[in-house]
Amino acid sequence: MEKSSIISVENLVKNYDKFEAVKGISFEVKEGEIFGLLGPNGAGKTTTLEIMETLRDKTSGKIIIGGFDLEKSPNEIKHIIGVQLQAAGYYPNLNLTELIKLFSGLYGIDVNAIDLLSKVSLVDKAKAKYKELSGGQKQRFSIATTLINQPKIIFLDEPTTGLDPQARRNLWDLILEIRASGTTIVLTTHYMDEAEVLCDRIAFIDNGNIIGINSPDQFIDDLVASGFERKKEVKKANLEDVFINLTGKDLRES
Amino acid sequence: MKIKKYSHIKATLAIARASFKSILRSPSAVVFSLLFPLIFIVVFGFIGGGGINVDVGLAKTSDTINPVYKTLKQIKVVRFIVEDEKSMNQDLEKGRIDAVLNIQKNPNGLPAYFVNVKYTDASKEKGSILKSVISNIILPINTKANDAPAPVAELKETTISGREYKTIDFILPGQLGFALLSTGVFGTAFVFISLRLTLVIKRFFATPVTKASIVLGEAIARIVFALFTAIFIILVGHFAFGFTLINGVTTVFNMLILSTLGLIVFLGFGLAVSGVAKNESMVPPIANIITLPQFLLSGTFFSISAFPTWLQPISRALPLTYLNDALRKVAFEGASLWDVQHQILILLIWGIGIYAVAVKVFKWE
Repeated sequence: MEKSSIISVENLVKNYDKFEAVKGISFEVKEGEIFGLLGPNGAGKTTTLEIMETLRDKTSGKIIIGGFDLEKSPNEIKHIIGVQLQAAGYYPNLNLTELIKLFSGLYGIDVNAIDLLSKVSLVDKAKAKYKELSGGQKQRFSIATTLINQPKIIFLDEPTTGLDPQARRNLWDLILEIRASGTTIVLTTHYMDEAEVLCDRIAFIDNGNIIGINSPDQFIDDLVASGFERKKEVKKANLEDVFINLTGKDLRES
Repeated sequence: MKIKKYSHIKATLAIARASFKSILRSPSAVVFSLLFPLIFIVVFGFIGGGGINVDVGLAKTSDTINPVYKTLKQIKVVRFIVEDEKSMNQDLEKGRIDAVLNIQKNPNGLPAYFVNVKYTDASKEKGSILKSVISNIILPINTKANDAPAPVAELKETTISGREYKTIDFILPGQLGFALLSTGVFGTAFVFISLRLTLVIKRFFATPVTKASIVLGEAIARIVFALFTAIFIILVGHFAFGFTLINGVTTVFNMLILSTLGLIVFLGFGLAVSGVAKNESMVPPIANIITLPQFLLSGTFFSISAFPTWLQPISRALPLTYLNDALRKVAFEGASLWDVQHQILILLIWGIGIYAVAVKVFKWE
């Protein structure tokens, strides 16, 4: 059965002065899937994401999120989405519990901070400040803040950039758990292995255009069918598997 | 999905609460708004205490069992200093002491004593105070000693009991005003620029919160913090240094209303600075351009009337001058808020002006 689409983007254009960052892209995200936006730096991934997150104005195009028109009801959209920004900080001098209280106030709801932190295994850091966390913990906390308003869709902008292999795999598990609970996820990443593991479908963006949308498997099959061959024979494990195998799966953070 | 009615008040208060906690945990806010003014108040409270003193060096060879010395010793204004002759002469030259007293018994009978007083050009005013004190003492002593005829005219001195205007009465309102200025300008500018640069505000915008709630929440936190500091400063001043609160609690209340008004105006400066500054390191220079002249020229430490006439118009243009002025009038003279309407009006005009600028230059990202 074909799932219904929860996000639809039609002919989205974004110009910064004379520079065309996004040149009329269209795509749909289906309910309950993990959708990846992939592409080189400056391709327009973050711009596209931030327009969907209501943080940036579009130049033209039509976007429907969860049944709401972005142009007419950005506030309704804010209530049903969760947003993790690339490299965003948090209010200074507050601990994680206080930050969650702050965000729940911003959403106008009451949230049990400990329950939320337990979802991302940060209960023992409830009284720690954000800046005292390790890279992986910071990302897990960022994801926790996207879940405060129990959103239908969460947007993750390069959630695993800069993490060590253990923390990265740990975050994959978390993202898959969130999806399993019924939340739709839109993410960007530079790591193809990550997209292959996580994403149901991916869109490749380059120079502000979408140059392909499909499932990772289908993309790979199509490429192989076209006669492509890797120079080196593919082995059954890669170097990261070796790394994890040697150093163990335990998270390396205090 | 049905969205429950969104509460802007709840969002505003959530920001206010977060900001207030953050202020209390930031050392610079506490140092600038609490410790700094308190140090000045303590320093001036101790050195200021007793009004005028005349420091009189007592020569080593001076007789000390005569009635002139005994009477002088009882006079509060005169403070005797004993040191060796050389440094006493040096101090006299420099005006560190105001006179040197040397009383000698007359070996030849009458008059019984010679009262030698050496004054200095370096301290003429205090010298003349001493001169009149001494002549006031000698006159009755002479009269008694000589069995002289009844004096032609008798001096009868009366003093009306006025309220003593202590140093603390001048210093405390100035320090309070300056504390509000620092909290308003530095605190606000730093917070908004860091929230902007670390994308905290951007993250906020992904929630349903409005811009008004963010500014209002921050303002509430700062006003509450400033009122706590104001109450603390006033209470320490009152109970430790005898700061005059002429109408008691009413005076404190009026001072707090003025403080709130002043802080709201200064918040506008802070918002404007955060918009002009490109990064955090640009905040101190720009903020100092606003605070330092007011620190020096707005009657924080010295009365404006002590400044040269060409400088006074500048002082009279600054908002802190009017806040300080109003605070002093309310605290010491017992003026009502209506009595200081002129000062309030000028503060309001500054407020309107600076918020017009802030709205123009303020940046959200």
